[in-house]
Amino acid sequence: MIETLQMFITDYTLRNVALGAILLGGISVALGSFAVLRKQSLLGDTISHAALPGIAIAFLLTGSKSSLILLIGAALSGWLATLFMMMVVRHTRIKTDSALGIMLSVFFGFGLMLLTYIQKLPDANQAGLEKFLFGLAATVLGVDVKSMAIFGAFVLFGCVLFWKELKILSFDEDFGTSQGLNMRYADMILTTLLVIAIVVGLQMVGVVLMSAMVVAPAAAARQWTNRLHIMVILAAFFGALAGLGGAVTSSLIPNLPTGPTIVLAISGIVIVSLFFSPNRGLFWRWLRQMRNRQDFHIDAVLLDLYALALQHPNLKQAHAVAVGG
Amino acid sequence: MHSHLNNHTESPPKELAVRVEDLTVAYRDKPVLWDIDLEIPSGVLMAIVGPNGAGKTTAIKAMLGLLEPVAGRVEIYCKPYKEQRKQVAYVPQRTSVDWDFPTTVLDLVMMGRYGDLGWFKRPGRKERDMAMESLAKVGMEKYAGRQISELSGGQQQRAFLARALVQEARIYFMDEPFQGVDATTERAIITLLRELREKGKTLIVVHHDLQTVREYFDWVFLLNVRRIACGPDQDVFTEGNLRTAYGGRVSFLHSGQAVGDAAK
Repeated sequence: MIETLQMFITDYTLRNVALGAILLGGISVALGSFAVLRKQSLLGDTISHAALPGIAIAFLLTGSKSSLILLIGAALSGWLATLFMMMVVRHTRIKTDSALGIMLSVFFGFGLMLLTYIQKLPDANQAGLEKFLFGLAATVLGVDVKSMAIFGAFVLFGCVLFWKELKILSFDEDFGTSQGLNMRYADMILTTLLVIAIVVGLQMVGVVLMSAMVVAPAAAARQWTNRLHIMVILAAFFGALAGLGGAVTSSLIPNLPTGPTIVLAISGIVIVSLFFSPNRGLFWRWLRQMRNRQDFHIDAVLLDLYALALQHPNLKQAHAVAVGG
Repeated sequence: MHSHLNNHTESPPKELAVRVEDLTVAYRDKPVLWDIDLEIPSGVLMAIVGPNGAGKTTAIKAMLGLLEPVAGRVEIYCKPYKEQRKQVAYVPQRTSVDWDFPTTVLDLVMMGRYGDLGWFKRPGRKERDMAMESLAKVGMEKYAGRQISELSGGQQQRAFLARALVQEARIYFMDEPFQGVDATTERAIITLLRELREKGKTLIVVHHDLQTVREYFDWVFLLNVRRIACGPDQDVFTEGNLRTAYGGRVSFLHSGQAVGDAAK
């Protein structure tokens, strides 16, 4: 334990990994809360999967593996997928969930195709792009952490700036429109922020499991609080915690992919929240139910006794015979 | 019986609160509203009445620009609706939102100030005070700090009304405010609506219960995809008009009140 702590302070890679994980968890999750409240959990899934072709194309065009360039590509194609999805919903009979599924598979399939193509290139430079599939925290460099921090700051600033608009968008879009607030802009802003937040985490968690980071901490946080701002902050905290735990664990154990480890960590938090959070927790609900049932039984017995007592003019007289019923 | 015949219908014609021209809405190739023309005078308490699927909610949403009409124009106090949004408050159907959303009653009511605040600006003390005042008007000030998921149906409806009151509008569009509330709340709501009318506000209310139309409202818009009739209730709420709107499915009581089994 102390060894790990020492490593954490001295080891450059591990420190980067830890910082990156905290950033990733905190940011993606803050935005994820809104997606969850709008019942658009699948949106995060679509954006992250759709980022893959963007990464591949950015690499093919520039030949660079700088994470900034690749992530810009990822953001563009994630955003494009969302835009297509909205167009499909508006102009066809296809519903949102199906449209999301279509975009997810089309973009992801295209991305995988490009990735296979890149891997067959004679150039040795291509190695390492597949880290975006499942995430590889150990490859996160100091410069990556810096770009994550910049993107993150941007997203959080947007979230605070547009708090009121995002809230009314998530709760009652029509009411917002009726007041003259253009909810289409608000929707666009939320989507853009979500795209950036997701892209930030891709290198760490990978496109396949990124949606868990968007949805799970928010779902867990909802269990503990009834206030939106507390929910968002708590979700960010859960995300950071899981990110840190998962990333550090996977860095210490060789060949352990980071994404799945982080996702397992956040799943643990979700399970604990589902069962033991006050009010909403399943465990407490079960306990309350048992207690209520017991109370009903006791009340029923007392009522029976009372009814019996009413039939006896002399309360002090003991029964000679058994009372049955 | 004639309590609805008050000064409002006898006073000289007032300015128009809402004018609707040629409003047509279609889902795909099926028309939901067909060529609606309306002139709603200022200061009336109007019911929008019609059978299920007549387009009552659609009419309200189209007037508020929440649906894109195929054709039509809406004017509020003689100006295009888009310039007059601040004059209009909207009470959506209670079931249109997720009441499990993590927020308090006070926060919900303050949402009514978001339009006036505009982008970026946050609600402050002034908005909080206004929201508390509105909550007091609907008898909900005790519940300000309450989580909205803990409210009963009637309380949810009152919270929605408070959110509209805080908008300080001149025209109120309400979608079934009496839906699923208890008798006490229904009385409280109709009292509130009458108070608003006394203050010169115009109220446009989607209403389901034919029995209470004449008692509650002084103006009626009878709708079934097309406009059947619109005007003072004694002119509009007639057997003939109701038969046109509801088909043969309306039976009449000897008191002259109409009971629509189609309305259920």
